[in-house]
Amino acid sequence: MPLLKKKQRKSPEIPTSSMADIAFLLLIFFLVTTTIDVDTGIGMVLPPKLEEEIDPPPVKERNMLKILVNETGQVLLEDKPSQLTLIRDEVVKHVTNFGADVNYSERPGVAVISIKTSGKTPYNSYIEVLDEVWMAYFQIWDNEARSLGFPDYATYQESLGPDAENAVREKFPAAISIAEPDDTV
Amino acid sequence: MSQHFKKKKASVSANDIPTASLPDIIFMLLIFFMVTTVLRETTVQVRTLLPEAEALTKIEQKRLVSYVWVGPIKKPGNELGATSVQIDDALVEDYSVIRTVMYRKWSEQPKLIVSLRVDQTSEMGIVTKVQQELREAGTLRINYSSKRELPAN
Repeated sequence: MPLLKKKQRKSPEIPTSSMADIAFLLLIFFLVTTTIDVDTGIGMVLPPKLEEEIDPPPVKERNMLKILVNETGQVLLEDKPSQLTLIRDEVVKHVTNFGADVNYSERPGVAVISIKTSGKTPYNSYIEVLDEVWMAYFQIWDNEARSLGFPDYATYQESLGPDAENAVREKFPAAISIAEPDDTV
Repeated sequence: MSQHFKKKKASVSANDIPTASLPDIIFMLLIFFMVTTVLRETTVQVRTLLPEAEALTKIEQKRLVSYVWVGPIKKPGNELGATSVQIDDALVEDYSVIRTVMYRKWSEQPKLIVSLRVDQTSEMGIVTKVQQELREAGTLRINYSSKRELPAN
């Protein structure tokens, strides 16, 4: 009987003082691990709508690097069958030619990369080609930024003020033209 | 005097707010917000399996972005239909609608970026048509939404 009495008197309690800490820890854990997915993608600027009467400005043949992508994702580079992996080097060569080779551009300011697809080209193939061209430009910009004494282009960009002129992009403007397919269904 | 003081002190400590239920309140709030938060307002009716790319840029200002989805329609039973275009909450039947909708959005926000969320398998013909409409509308800043490509080994 006295044993029972003793048991009753003891009121078991869970220590609750650390509960708040646990709640906060959980909250912080989820705050840190949650990624509100940032939109990433390849940025482009479309050409403005053309007036019917005015022809687009002429581009010299040697300043234009033509890339054609067909229905099966095969690549034609300057009318010669090529491969996706060769595009990057070819673009770099074309843009940074400075008039040395007659088949490539005269200077980076006038170099144009033209990508043309067919109406049946899968979107994926188009993006792969576009990605290679952009990567070529990134490579050029990285090299230019390095010659200016920055470790890479991203660091150079960050060092610029909001209204400062981007000398790298000024020297190597990315001129990518997306030609309309002839057979738009 | 001292007795009076003692009494007062005792009464003050008795009026302390019990903090034992504080974590419960925090949990309740946490669960409430977890349950009520709606992450995506629009239901995408087309499948958009995004392509992968390396040369990515981030869109910092999300409020400037307007989405256009292009891909095969999702049908019940995991079937896929014809490739369609969706803006906001509705499928686009006639492509010239894109022009009107985008022009209206552009006049409200001239810095508008149109994010094209196009399915990998879509054909360029349809993408070109959408782009032509965007040119007509004057919304020239676009973004081909793509995922980060894992570096090839």
